[in-house]
Amino acid sequence: MKWRKKYFSACFYLFLSLVPLQENRQFGSKMTDSKYFTTTKKGEIFELKAELNSDKKEKKKEAVKKVIASMTVGKDVSALFPDVVNCMQTDNLELKKLVYLYLMNYAKSQPDMAIMAVNTFVKDCEDPNPLIRALAVRTMGCIRVDKITEYLCEPLRKCLKDEDPYVRKTAAVCVAKLHDINAQLVEDQGFLDTLKDLISDSNPMVVANAVAALSEIAESHPNSNLLDLNPQSINKLLTALNECTEWGQIFILDCLANYTPRDDRESQSICERVTPRLSHANSAVVLSAVKVLMKFMEMLPKDLDYYGTLLKKLAPPLVTLLSAEPELQYVALRNINLIVQKRPEILKHEMKVFFVKYNDPIYVKLEKLDIMIRLASQANIAQVLAELKEYATEVDVDFVRKAVRAIGRCAIKVEQSAERCVSTLLDLIQTKVNYVVQEAIVVIKDIFRKYPNKYESVIATLCENLDSLDEPEARAAMIWIVGEYAERIDNADELLESFLEGFHDESTQVQLQLLTAIVKLFLKKPTETQELVQQVLSLATQDSDNPDLRDRGYIYWRLLSTDPVAAKEVVLAEKPLISEETDLIEPTLLEELICHIGTLASVYHKPPSAFVEGSRGVMHKRLPARTGSGEGTECPDVGNAAGGSAPEAAPSIIPSQGDLLGDLLNLDLPAVLCNILIMSKLNSSLLSPQLGGDIGGSPAMGAGFGAAPTVMPASLNAPVGGGLGDLFDLGGGVGMPMGAYIPPKTVWLPAMKAKGLEISGTFARRAGVIQMELVLTNKAMSVMTDFAIQFNRNSFGLAPAGPLQVLTPLGPNQTIEVSLPLSTVGPVMKMDPLNNLQVAVKNNIDVFYFSCQYPISMLFVEDGKMERQVFLATWKDIPNDNESQFQIQDCHLNSEAASNKLQGSNIFTIAKRTVEGQDMLYMSIKLSNGIWVLAELKVQAGNPNYTISLKCRAPEVSQCVFQCYEAVLKN
Amino acid sequence: MIGGLFIYNHKGEVLISRVYRDDIGRNAVDAFRVNVIHARQQVRSPVTNIARTSFFHVKRSNIWLAAVTKQNVNAAMVFEFLYKMCDVMASYFGKISEENIKNNFVLIYELLDEILDFGYPQNSETGSLKTFITQQGIKGQHQTKEEQSQITSQVTGQIGWRREGIKYRRNELFLDVLESVNLLMSPQGQVLSAHVSGRVVMKSYLSGMPECKFGMNDKIIIDKAGKGGVTNEAGKSDLGGGGSTSGKQSIAIDDCTFNQCVRLSKFDSERSISFIPPDGEYELMRYRTTKDIILPFRVIPLVREVGRTKLEVKVVIKSNFKPSLLAQKIEVRIPTPLNTSGVQVICMKGKAKYKASENAIVWKIKRMAGMKESQISAEIELLPTNDKKKWARPPISMNFEVPFAPSGLKVRYLKVFESKLNYSDHDVIKWVRYIGRSGIYETRC
Repeated sequence: MKWRKKYFSACFYLFLSLVPLQENRQFGSKMTDSKYFTTTKKGEIFELKAELNSDKKEKKKEAVKKVIASMTVGKDVSALFPDVVNCMQTDNLELKKLVYLYLMNYAKSQPDMAIMAVNTFVKDCEDPNPLIRALAVRTMGCIRVDKITEYLCEPLRKCLKDEDPYVRKTAAVCVAKLHDINAQLVEDQGFLDTLKDLISDSNPMVVANAVAALSEIAESHPNSNLLDLNPQSINKLLTALNECTEWGQIFILDCLANYTPRDDRESQSICERVTPRLSHANSAVVLSAVKVLMKFMEMLPKDLDYYGTLLKKLAPPLVTLLSAEPELQYVALRNINLIVQKRPEILKHEMKVFFVKYNDPIYVKLEKLDIMIRLASQANIAQVLAELKEYATEVDVDFVRKAVRAIGRCAIKVEQSAERCVSTLLDLIQTKVNYVVQEAIVVIKDIFRKYPNKYESVIATLCENLDSLDEPEARAAMIWIVGEYAERIDNADELLESFLEGFHDESTQVQLQLLTAIVKLFLKKPTETQELVQQVLSLATQDSDNPDLRDRGYIYWRLLSTDPVAAKEVVLAEKPLISEETDLIEPTLLEELICHIGTLASVYHKPPSAFVEGSRGVMHKRLPARTGSGEGTECPDVGNAAGGSAPEAAPSIIPSQGDLLGDLLNLDLPAVLCNILIMSKLNSSLLSPQLGGDIGGSPAMGAGFGAAPTVMPASLNAPVGGGLGDLFDLGGGVGMPMGAYIPPKTVWLPAMKAKGLEISGTFARRAGVIQMELVLTNKAMSVMTDFAIQFNRNSFGLAPAGPLQVLTPLGPNQTIEVSLPLSTVGPVMKMDPLNNLQVAVKNNIDVFYFSCQYPISMLFVEDGKMERQVFLATWKDIPNDNESQFQIQDCHLNSEAASNKLQGSNIFTIAKRTVEGQDMLYMSIKLSNGIWVLAELKVQAGNPNYTISLKCRAPEVSQCVFQCYEAVLKN
Repeated sequence: MIGGLFIYNHKGEVLISRVYRDDIGRNAVDAFRVNVIHARQQVRSPVTNIARTSFFHVKRSNIWLAAVTKQNVNAAMVFEFLYKMCDVMASYFGKISEENIKNNFVLIYELLDEILDFGYPQNSETGSLKTFITQQGIKGQHQTKEEQSQITSQVTGQIGWRREGIKYRRNELFLDVLESVNLLMSPQGQVLSAHVSGRVVMKSYLSGMPECKFGMNDKIIIDKAGKGGVTNEAGKSDLGGGGSTSGKQSIAIDDCTFNQCVRLSKFDSERSISFIPPDGEYELMRYRTTKDIILPFRVIPLVREVGRTKLEVKVVIKSNFKPSLLAQKIEVRIPTPLNTSGVQVICMKGKAKYKASENAIVWKIKRMAGMKESQISAEIELLPTNDKKKWARPPISMNFEVPFAPSGLKVRYLKVFESKLNYSDHDVIKWVRYIGRSGIYETRC
């Protein structure tokens, strides 16, 4: 095999090596032009003036070059204007071009002198050489001096009809230039009509330039019918498309994209003629073709075979764009991001090409990551997760953060992967890399939102990292978690208190979140946190300048003081679903951006009006509506925005603009507000005039209430239905009845949360056996079978002693009562509150989770009567720190009756003493796990308030025991 | 459209500044310098918006090329134009360097005046540009009228890439099938992604305006031909070194793009590649395949951390092609941690060196036949650090060159028809060669 020797490059280097030698010579050849950049002498202008007026042609040319070089680096050489213009009359084309360049730059600053050049231009426009004619008309258009433009009209008119296509194509652009300077003049002179005629020119480049010029002019006259696109002119454009340069093809395609076909047949035929462009080597041609296809595809019926073919044809060229240079890849990726949102089916099988390469520039990496998440599905999630995990160990901080966030988004998007995502995130938290931990916490919060009661076991790990959080978003997320799960975090109050110290230094989102979290905590553990809630409310309402914070503070304050039950309903209400997709572009904007594929708008993901000044681009583009083949020929532009291309997003999903976190954090507030609105109907006193007076900021408040429903229209049904209907069983402990008395059943799992299965129930102790009494109701349409039950670990090791006995299938609207014996030998884990029980119930449909609280009296065993001596000794033995005192109010029993009633619940009275009209009852209780509780009950005749002191080696149980006393005595 | 075009050196000094639109002022030059070139951070995007002005930039060695606009321009077009601009400059004066730009600034201004009018890209084919932008200003005067109109019709014409009246004593053409094979492999040897991006580069020295037809073993064409029973063409044409015979398996091309000389509509309807070629060297087509790729090498890494101060690395490479073929310029790059203090390397073949400045062990093998295997083992001593962040373990990358096309692509024929001149397809001397190179060929470890 023989090859031509490449001597060119060798030659070239030889050439270069000559350069330094020539540098010192006064008149070098073109290879030494760089010397012009270095003249910085004083009196330079003066010298140049002399040189420009020299007789020698060479010297003149050298001087002009120096002037241009000075101009380039930003020196003001406008003083040389007359001298340079004098050089214009020359035979030397190179020199002429340099002088023209100078003229273009300085004519505006020397309008009077610029007139001197007019004659030469007019003369050049008559030159026999078409290159010179074109040069003259091209340059004249760039001289923005009114007086000159007048002289320009005649030469331009001639050039537009020149016999040479090179001159015509230059003249076409010149019309656009002139229009930019003086639009009226162009119209008056009838240039626009001539330009329109050029669309039918025989030369494709003339057509392309005429199209470009007309498109530009039309943009500044949105309502003019300049680009009168009709099937005939479209046909001409499509013909020229096959013949002109790559750039011309872009102009034509961009122009085509503005056309709206009359019906789907025309749309299809245009698409057919545009698709070959997808194989062009120029990425811009490809993207512009994609734009036309994406737009016209809207009009094709989906059941058409061609529609499917077209979809298939779009994928390969889009993938090929990713092998272009990185800058183009970036533009392509930004556009693919839009296309994937609009038509996910196109690229759904192309996940792999978006995998990040180690050497990709960071902007390409970040964009690829975005698209990977959008394309993630159950089918490819394993691969995606493996990749994301890899990325999370990279160097670039932004990229790593985004990768971590992406893992969380996968968990939310693909339920099957949630577990693996969580464990991956936990691994990442173990790395202790600060920003990784923070990012992970932010996404874990979202996972908690999406899958409540599933992954809370990781809370402990999260709490370990509390101190390392320094970013507002992560802090806010952590606070949300602490507030939301306050009942499971022993020291939730301490944690939140620690945040409170620097309250005023925190960012707004942290402050708002802290406020809400502490209120939640208070509602869950009212006794210990009263001070804390006071503190945060006063911080928020009195010491803050932020109206949002103040308003939220006042709302909570008022709520808590008016009606704590309502507050609970509102603050702890069911949260609406979170959306699977995040950062989705709002549908109308997406439509507009699809019409701008390939352009800057598609790169910024912003409409042109957001970054273009003036009238240009203000007009909003829209996708065409789908029309049937026969009908709809007249006004295809009407009412399409909401039409054929409505978003597929489910209505129950929150419209998420911007960042997911913002939504989630703010959810708490709108949910609250929605509920308040409902409540205000039920209990109008809440919003009585005095409220406004108290708050002092009633307008803001009113606005807040008014705005709520518009902020969250979609979420209204969720929190309201759930929130009011199913009052939290958390509060159940307060009024739990006891003993021989069978407490009423409460709804533990509402049907709407469990696909139609409703579970209500209660606990009882019968003949020494703890029983969970359940009522299962099938409110769904299908039969339920295969029931099973399981408990999470809990404080006293409660566990089902046998299987859940539901032997017959549960038909629609059927109810069954089951009694489940419980043992206390299961695994133990301390819960918060202590008597909380997390239950999982399975049936043929799904697994459901709920939590309930059992009365601790269930655990009081029958042999709980202590010997007197032992009692005394034990009482003394337990340190006084472990003693707690409670008041039982409004109890109208005498000591005898009370003692009897308590006995029924295995609370045994050991001794009774009467001191100064006060009965002291000494009692003992033994829990199923062997813990003894000793009690002293003071009953004063005539006083309905009892005082009770409890002593126990495990003081945690005291609160629960007290609740039992209260419940038993009052029922 | 493009409002202005600036070229800067690495210091941010402006070398070329050409403004096309009135909305771009001189301050735009400085805005880009201050906000992008002198920015402290790494460039985060090739498109920057500063005070409602958008800047597109590309970098070639130390030189920044920036296009500026205030309108909603076609961004893809702007970048394509900037690349084209680089190509044009390179074909005029070679490497794009500060020196060369300063030396040719008059030429560059002249080019900028020609290929961009009011911000609209015009004809940018070097072939035709060189006919009238010559840096010999006086020439214009000596051209005959015919010559002039020939220039203009070529610049604006349908076949802007070729001029009439080219004559060669010997009609000859060279076809290069250049492929770069890209791979990302997991440490366990699972192919995470692999694709071949190939180019067919043609050098044509043909007289007149020849009509060419190019054929390859594209599955779709072969299937079509098979149905119609028209296979004789392929069998007859002999292209020398390629050694392609029909009946060999065909390949599935995911996508291909063509030089503007190829009639796209004809490709779309008949999938035939026909064109009038530019004179000299140019890229006829690009293609991409992802199926049935021959991966010429397999890298098997083994990295073991021994305590906190030592790493043991063993890498095996296996060549996976016909034993009669030779791969060349093989280079394996094994990244080492930043806190490496010393490296001991043992390799069976070639030379291996630890390059501290590149944080890598570079193992070079000049030649390696197919179906062979070679191994390197290294011990890396590490300085103890308190840097908590784990070493990111960049992938092991590989470079090589093999004398076949990893995609399996074969040229079946390239037929030349020139009706006006008296030479036929048989008189044209044709050469084909295949070169497979590594693109991004990485194995994670």
